[in-house]
Amino acid sequence: MKIAKKPVLFMLVSTGIILFLMLIMQPLQVLHFRDEISVLFPKGIIALEERNLLLIIQALMLLIIIPVYILTFVFSWKYRADNPKGKYDPDLVDNRIAEYIWWGVPLVMTVIVAVLTWVKTHQLDPYKSIQSNNKEMKIQVVALQWKWLFIYPEEKIASMNFVQFPKDTPIHFEITADAPWNSFWIPHLGGQIYAMPKMKTELHLIANETGDFRGSSANLSGEGFAGMTFVTRASLEEDYRQWIESAKQSSNVLTLEEYDKLVAPSKNNPVEIYQLKDDTLFDQIINKYMHPKKNE
Amino acid sequence: MFGKLILDSFKHEESQNFAVLMMLLTGVGIIALISYLKLWKWLWREWLTTVDHKKIGVMYIVVVLLMFFKGFGDALMMRLQQALSVGDSHGFISSSHFQEVFSAHGTTMIFFVGMGVVFGLINLIVPLQIGARDVAFPFLNAVGFWLFAAAASLTMVSLAIGKFSTAGWLAYPPLSELEYSPNEGVDYWIWMVQIAGIGSTLAGVNFLVTILKMRCPGMTLMKMPIFVWSSLCTMALVVLAFPILTATLYMLTLDRYLGMHFFTAGGGGNPMMYVNLIWAWGHPEVYILILPIFGVFSEIVPTFSEKRLFGYVSMVWALIMITVFSFIVWLHHFFTMGASPDVNAFFGIMTMVIAIPTGVKIFNWLFTKFRGRVHFTSPMLWFFAFLLNFTVAGMTGILLSSPPVDFQAHNSLFLIAHFHGMVIGGVLFGLFAAFTYWFPKFTGFFLDEKLNRYAFWCWLGGFLLAFMPLYMLGFMGATRRLDHYDASTGWHPLFIIVGIGAAVLLCGASIQFLGLFWSIKNRKKNWDHTGGDPWNGRTLEWSIPSPPPVYNFAIIPTVDQIDPLWAVKRGQAPEPQQRHEDIHMPINTSMGLYIGILSLVFGFAMTWHIFWLAIVGFIAIVACMIIRLSGKDEHEIITIAQVKETEMAHLRSMKAHE
Amino acid sequence: MSKPLTIHHQDTLEAHADTRLPDPHQDVFSKTTLGFWIYLMTDCLLFATLFCTYAVLHNNTFGGPSSRQLFDLPTAFAETMILLVSSVTCGFGMLSALKNEKNKIIAWLAASFLLGAAFVAIELTEFTHLVQEGHSWSVSAFLSSFFTLVGTHGLHVSVGLLWMAVLMAQIFWFGVTVFTFRRLIVFSMFWHFLDLVWIFIFTFVYLMGVI
Repeated sequence: MKIAKKPVLFMLVSTGIILFLMLIMQPLQVLHFRDEISVLFPKGIIALEERNLLLIIQALMLLIIIPVYILTFVFSWKYRADNPKGKYDPDLVDNRIAEYIWWGVPLVMTVIVAVLTWVKTHQLDPYKSIQSNNKEMKIQVVALQWKWLFIYPEEKIASMNFVQFPKDTPIHFEITADAPWNSFWIPHLGGQIYAMPKMKTELHLIANETGDFRGSSANLSGEGFAGMTFVTRASLEEDYRQWIESAKQSSNVLTLEEYDKLVAPSKNNPVEIYQLKDDTLFDQIINKYMHPKKNE
Repeated sequence: MFGKLILDSFKHEESQNFAVLMMLLTGVGIIALISYLKLWKWLWREWLTTVDHKKIGVMYIVVVLLMFFKGFGDALMMRLQQALSVGDSHGFISSSHFQEVFSAHGTTMIFFVGMGVVFGLINLIVPLQIGARDVAFPFLNAVGFWLFAAAASLTMVSLAIGKFSTAGWLAYPPLSELEYSPNEGVDYWIWMVQIAGIGSTLAGVNFLVTILKMRCPGMTLMKMPIFVWSSLCTMALVVLAFPILTATLYMLTLDRYLGMHFFTAGGGGNPMMYVNLIWAWGHPEVYILILPIFGVFSEIVPTFSEKRLFGYVSMVWALIMITVFSFIVWLHHFFTMGASPDVNAFFGIMTMVIAIPTGVKIFNWLFTKFRGRVHFTSPMLWFFAFLLNFTVAGMTGILLSSPPVDFQAHNSLFLIAHFHGMVIGGVLFGLFAAFTYWFPKFTGFFLDEKLNRYAFWCWLGGFLLAFMPLYMLGFMGATRRLDHYDASTGWHPLFIIVGIGAAVLLCGASIQFLGLFWSIKNRKKNWDHTGGDPWNGRTLEWSIPSPPPVYNFAIIPTVDQIDPLWAVKRGQAPEPQQRHEDIHMPINTSMGLYIGILSLVFGFAMTWHIFWLAIVGFIAIVACMIIRLSGKDEHEIITIAQVKETEMAHLRSMKAHE
Repeated sequence: MSKPLTIHHQDTLEAHADTRLPDPHQDVFSKTTLGFWIYLMTDCLLFATLFCTYAVLHNNTFGGPSSRQLFDLPTAFAETMILLVSSVTCGFGMLSALKNEKNKIIAWLAASFLLGAAFVAIELTEFTHLVQEGHSWSVSAFLSSFFTLVGTHGLHVSVGLLWMAVLMAQIFWFGVTVFTFRRLIVFSMFWHFLDLVWIFIFTFVYLMGVI
């Protein structure tokens, strides 16, 4: 076979085929899994902005990667040892212009991406409120072992492994943990932030479509970590109001004693809705870590 | 009497029992083989008590191969579990076992494969490339190795006795504190990493002094091979970064053993401090792993392009820039911890800046090939694979360096795909290139070229199949370290594909493993007839016989330009200023081995709270040090006559093989 | 590989008379001292990490007393003076070594030893007192970082004491040789380094903790 007699050609062509197959895998995956690819097909503007930043940086990077790939293949072919047409210049060891180009162009590229990053990092600061005509809503989140507790201090209800809010409403999450570190992540709506005991982190998200979105913990927190998923439901205003009303009638009441039971490790907890007795529960949870326990 | 060690510690789940059995059988098998071949005296004299940097380098690589076997096994288990554990099925191992497996996988690969590759290569190559007969502190070098081996042994012990850590390869608190990880797992992890870390620091001191003080006449810093430059920068990183790891692990140890509150959730502790400190070490660590590999390619590409490295000065400054900048990017490992946008953006931008010198190196390698005569030997095939995979992984690194993007990718499989691209596409392919390149130097024969090529295809295809889908999985919200997920996530088909990719990688690794034995069996057929320079090399290691004599150079060379052997071949070399002389070489010592064994005992005893044994072990280590440091520096002299006889014998054996 | 013909000891400081044999120890001082400097730098970084941690955690008293209430400045000052003088006596020991005065070296080292031992004793007393009053290292992050930073320095001093004892014995038995002289240089570097670290501890932990 001709190609077998030319090992370099065989190698380059085979590698090319493998790379090409990898490349077409990408759009095929995208078409097949579409809605599950939460980061690329988000449902809220925060996640949308984050995705667009990713795509812009990716496009800029391709301006460097594609030439590198082309040079790799071209140089491998043109300057292979058995090619009589390849010029051989063993003392070509330096070229000032070439150095200026490959120090300079990436530097320019970096400056562009850096400016973009600076601006976007400030715009997409998780602690920054989202500008909207609708009033911001506060939901407090406590990562436990191995479930998520959502506290609605104004509505005086709480829920386990389930959070619901109206669409197009900016949500101000206050997040802590009564467990090892976790990370609060709803990829369809935006990036994550750590949930740490004794600390309070904040995340501002908004859902621009109705639907149920998957949330999970993105930081290892022990044996039951894989089961720490929760449902995020963005609904219409009326449906949200109805849910709040029925929650206020819930037979489960989240008192401090009930909360202490919840802190004990448990896995794969089903969804629970509670009435909330004390709307300072969240602050009390954080304060637990600030002073020695009274009985010690 | 036995601390926390009880009979139950020897019992495991079924899958673990199997692994332990395999390990014990392998160990027993090796011992039986050595006994059968009556090689104990030889082993003791030639290897266990040696202070010869070449032998120490070989031993590092042997440990690397053993630990890679274990780490790869961990990876296969993880991929199999994730391909099976969907919906109602929960795979074949329990959650806590899975968590032990991924913690062990990361720890093994970084500390015992990665660091082993770094110190193995530097031991083997640096003294030869600088025209030295030895390293600055041969005994310290041996101690560094035996501490490394002791820590690796502790890893194997942790497989058989008790449980390993389930807190990941970096053991973030509060999860790694007593409250949430009360058993011996995190303690095992602490001691194996601590012992290995001290070994690395000692080795770092040794090579820093070796490179700065023992270069042959005429070899100024700007005439050193780039591999030596990259080793110099790597050792600077080791010496500056590892003390941070030592101190941080020390504080975690105090938290766990004396009830302190450095990083606990309560008591005023601050887990964020741990994360900052551990990554202040951790980021330089990943550059420690990759810089020697950059050096390796800077040797391989010029040799197989028959052309000098393009832009030597640029390459040196790129290395220095990377070294310095690697200390000011650490926060990019935890953008999601909630720092202000000013802080996050600063570290993100610094991370992008560090990509510039890396890119410069890639262009310089490419333009070394430009107008060269490129030979696609095995090392160059691995370079090709590196170029394709490392650049893409580096690109995803730039994506991750922008905090808002990182918020959506942190701790997801996107991150896993990125860093595996760096360590497999970079470190591992670099190791394979270095291995195939320098193997003939230390053995005198080649590895089977055809098997190398098959392995290359398996690794190239298998790596892409096993890691490209992970980027998409990350975008689908899949986090790392999951032992189970719902079918509704849609991840299952992709996990099956990556499982198949892992199987292809297994083929590649198996071909390489068997290929090693096959090549040894066929060594007479693959003999290097050139007498030490099979690749038409450019640097000093190719000017001495293969395998090199214990003293490396019969006459210390004198150089006056880069690529000194190339200069000799072109008739441009200066006259050697040295002549034949009696050579002083340090003699063997068993102290290094003893310190290693005692460290293993100490680490095990501390893990299980067998404090009387730990104290005894510690005192014994101190005693060994005092004995060694009270003695006289003993050397053996190799006379001029013996040197000349060795050189003659080599020439005779070359003629015999023709 | 043929077997070695002789085992070579070099016992004395005199340059080798036989010029055919290069002195393998000629360069050993510069390699050893450079190597030890680099080691000291790693130790310095270890202390820097502990200092950083103390800086971050020193206000985390978890409801307990702060440094202002717990630290005794006169004691710390006495420790500082003791360590400084022990550095001076160590320096005099080195001068005697240059003059090959075996007994004087041992005497000066013994003085450093006694002062160093006094330092450790005072520090242990301070620690015991704190623990007995209920301010042990497991009470708060502040106390954990205090005990660790100061205690690690004390551990280094204790190692120095052991090293000193071994060196005194070696000088007693072997006198001043290439090896013992080299070890004296390295030891004195270590001892002065510990003094320097203590100055930082005195300033940043005690002085600034009380002011």
